Amino acid sequence: MSFYNIHSSRRGGLDGLLKSATDGDISRALERETPGEEDFLAFLSAGAAGRLEELAVKANERGLRNFGRVIQLYAPLYLGNFCENECVYCGFRRSSRIARKKLDLEEVENEAKALSRSGIRDVLMLTGESRTLTPPAYLAACAELLKRYFASVSVEVYPLGREEYAELVSAGADGLAIYQETYDEELYAELHPSGPKRDYRGRLDAPERGCLAGMRRVNVGALLGLSDFRREIFFTGLHAAYLRDSFPGVEISVSLPRLRPQQGGFSPLSEVSDRDFVQAMLALRLFLPRAGISVSTRESGGFRKDLIGLGVTRMSAGSRTGVGGYSSPERTEGQFSVSDKSGLEAVKSLIRARGYQPVMKDWQ
Amino acid sequence: MTDQFKIAGRNVKSRFLLGTGKFPSNAVMRSAIVASRAQIVTAALRRVDLDSEEENLLAHIPEGTIMMTNTSGARDAGEAVRIARLSRALGAGDWIKIEVIADNKHLLPDNAETIKAAAILAAEGFIVMPYFNPDLADARRLRDAGAASLMPLGAPIGTNKGLCTKELIKILVAEMDLPVIVDAGLGRPSHAAEAMELGAAAVLVNTAVASARDPVRMAGAFALAVEAGRSAWLAGPGSVSETARASSPLTGFLG
Repeated sequence: MSFYNIHSSRRGGLDGLLKSATDGDISRALERETPGEEDFLAFLSAGAAGRLEELAVKANERGLRNFGRVIQLYAPLYLGNFCENECVYCGFRRSSRIARKKLDLEEVENEAKALSRSGIRDVLMLTGESRTLTPPAYLAACAELLKRYFASVSVEVYPLGREEYAELVSAGADGLAIYQETYDEELYAELHPSGPKRDYRGRLDAPERGCLAGMRRVNVGALLGLSDFRREIFFTGLHAAYLRDSFPGVEISVSLPRLRPQQGGFSPLSEVSDRDFVQAMLALRLFLPRAGISVSTRESGGFRKDLIGLGVTRMSAGSRTGVGGYSSPERTEGQFSVSDKSGLEAVKSLIRARGYQPVMKDWQ
Repeated sequence: MTDQFKIAGRNVKSRFLLGTGKFPSNAVMRSAIVASRAQIVTAALRRVDLDSEEENLLAHIPEGTIMMTNTSGARDAGEAVRIARLSRALGAGDWIKIEVIADNKHLLPDNAETIKAAAILAAEGFIVMPYFNPDLADARRLRDAGAASLMPLGAPIGTNKGLCTKELIKILVAEMDLPVIVDAGLGRPSHAAEAMELGAAAVLVNTAVASARDPVRMAGAFALAVEAGRSAWLAGPGSVSETARASSPLTGFLG
């Protein structure tokens, strides 16, 4: 069982389908109670870009029924930035001349104390890909430690084996986030010229291994800006639907990370406008009505505020993307530059201003 | 005629139970509880944060309300039992709504695991309120496990579709001595009234109130509908006929 087979069978002719959706196709898709793959394509089509308000009304109604007026907040915690990969778009890539750091357990605890004092109860721990310097046993020790300070601990680390994920679950991790970056296999090879991340298939199957290992929540996504967003979102949605149908007990969610211009000296290969971003979110909400949708502080505060009601269910807040950033700010450079620099309280106010409730805790 | 509503031997003042999820703020939730006149409200332990006064939704529940913690997020009996015990340890009382869902696509409950959890928790002295797919055999198993009520779904959670399981609920009302509380799927006050007219002991609503444009007003509307439906049940509605009935019977001459 692998999403790779589905992915391979859907690649051909996709651009044509995305362009050829008619007004009638879009109207029919909007009327469908449980939209299928063809409807998802219609929502993502160029034609639907002119009908975003109609999509938004429907997406808002779907979101209200399934999630209510609630936005869950979380924060990232960077454990280390050592990396063996050469992802051309990433500030942590091996050849990047940045200060490298790995937190020891005492420092992780200091970070946990500082972050939990701010009110965050849902933490996402991250590292670069270095099995030697930040091995699975270290990750498990960190998860165990963080679980003492947070209600929910998720991991966004390099792909692990099923047993290794199971060890993280035993240590207290309940969520896994792993992004394919791009679902375009050829482009993936170009963007990841060296390091273990070259293994496209190994990464693609990682969420499935996480589900098998007992993760409660698994989050997938593509890094928007590397390739045509319509194709990337289509495969993100299919990937999530495949996992949802294969593992009904796991909460499957999606993220919409978008590359910022000139981040790490890298310009997006494919422009994704705010309008495109909104279409992507609406299409995902309509195709996957029960899936969580996350938006990070890569997006600006104003834009994030406008997204409330269009499908987003989780947001990061008060994020520091440098290693050790909470207990000693500006310790290292961040993986990406944060657009929304608002503190946690400011993000909460912004959510309340939209008539939604910020929620800090959603698992115990 | 008095119309006492009892669960586990305790008198409960209102036949309308309210869920606390999905509200735009804790303040609106509180006002909606007041407007609903509900005496029993349910909250997911996963959302309860005792470490934060501001976030702690329990602090926003009006006094005199019976808090029924639910096990939302539990995927099997073991997790439901763990959550229930944790809830009791945190001082949230003995009322527990068992909600075991292992299907995140349709959010349908797992009856087999629910029955297992019900037996364990009832033996530990909890007042067990199981949410389940309306099935008569499973209703009997839940009763034998020690459930204090039966909480069949009207339609899948959050769909607002109304009483899609009507025929099955009628059977539960007819066959079971436990209070039947229709939970999930009721989208409008008229759906709640319909459930009460069928003889349901009570209804539990969350999404339809919390996601309304004016949740407080909608809470009040549901309260009225529940009362109206209950009165109709007590009044014994006339039967519905597909054909007109002559006011002078055709066989009247027989005397």
